[in-house]
Amino acid sequence: MIDARGQSCPIPVVMVQQEVNKNHPGELQVQVDAMVCVENISRYAASQGYAVSVKESGGEYTLTLKK
Amino acid sequence: MSKKINPLVLISGLAVGVAALLLTALGNPANMGFCIACFIRDIAGATQLHTAAPVQYFRPEIVGLVLGSTVMALATKEFKPRAGSSPATRFIVGAFVMIGALVFLGCPLRMVIRMGGGDLNAFVGLLGFFLGILIGVFFLKKDFTLKRTYEVTTTDGLALPGLLAVLFVIFLAVPALFVFSESGPGSKHAPMAVSLLVALVVGALAQKSRLCMVGGMRDAVMFKDFNLLSGFGAIFVTVLLGNVILGKFGGFSTLSQPIAHSSELWNLLGMVLVGWGSVLLGGCPLRQLILAGEGNGDSTVTVLGMLVGAAFAHNFKLAGGADSVVDGVYKVGGIGANGKAAVCIGFAVLLVISLMNCSMLKKEAN
Repeated sequence: MIDARGQSCPIPVVMVQQEVNKNHPGELQVQVDAMVCVENISRYAASQGYAVSVKESGGEYTLTLKK
Repeated sequence: MSKKINPLVLISGLAVGVAALLLTALGNPANMGFCIACFIRDIAGATQLHTAAPVQYFRPEIVGLVLGSTVMALATKEFKPRAGSSPATRFIVGAFVMIGALVFLGCPLRMVIRMGGGDLNAFVGLLGFFLGILIGVFFLKKDFTLKRTYEVTTTDGLALPGLLAVLFVIFLAVPALFVFSESGPGSKHAPMAVSLLVALVVGALAQKSRLCMVGGMRDAVMFKDFNLLSGFGAIFVTVLLGNVILGKFGGFSTLSQPIAHSSELWNLLGMVLVGWGSVLLGGCPLRQLILAGEGNGDSTVTVLGMLVGAAFAHNFKLAGGADSVVDGVYKVGGIGANGKAAVCIGFAVLLVISLMNCSMLKKEAN
């Protein structure tokens, strides 16, 4: 689980990119609290072959990336 | 990265380009339909934070951009008051981004508009901007961060939209409180209502599309994502074609460009400072205004840093001077010793901030 809540653009995507490059996870969860981060991470994840699902709760979002 | 381009980014780029052409046709300075750095500087002048007579006007465009963003963010439930991500550092970086922009004579948005007007000096600025972004990306890859934000009060989130709205009402009610240029760029402006209305629309579109000049290049370099860069391209193509259609395009040249200088080393270095600083801030000056409109207190502090940077740029004679013709002789403008020293100090400050906020570099040093 990557906790990127409160991080400004593009730090959340950088955090995901580093995890993907380092550990090549088959599944990864990311927490963010801004829609722009959801969009950016979803775009990056899709380009890396991940399917993305998003759950929203109280203004926070949990993205699940799966290959 | 996905090759998909969000059509809204292209539409926003097109709208910014058309808006720039329209505002210039209606009175804004040439190649300056929109310029965040220049317009914040003009507001600094109108409120006498500096006293440079040619650049004093209360630009409604800044008010419109921020309020347009606020309205769109409220309408789409994206208004989120938050702050606490190294605000003092952001203030300082914002000030140096402004100084770099005024050395070059334009923010990244005006750089693109100048490119579309045939100003080759702006292409030199583009090279510097790109180099600055590469430096910033290097530090991002070394885990650079100004740390996270936290939820803050609604009043904090509304600070900049509220401040600008109140100032604008005072400006309308008692204009004599403010100072206005009688000649120079500050004296040239489109009708107030048009400027405000156009900026409201652009601000709303920029909020929804996330349009950002630095984000375009940064994302292309880091993630091979060309989404935001497409907005950058759309502005350039729209302004270029618009100028050709309107008969205002006189070919590409470095000489006799409106409110520009051909001192290329400083065009380049000024924009290196802007590119590097903007990557550290997470967005270009336009994006900072939009984020402040969404309730981001750190961006509000950044904009206030830019305001102070603009005042310093003129009070301490750091800003670039345009090329001119004196007694029939072409005189290259540029910056004086103070401006050169300020750019060098800016690089030193950004280097210290970059190094001190990279956890990976700290680990390597230990």
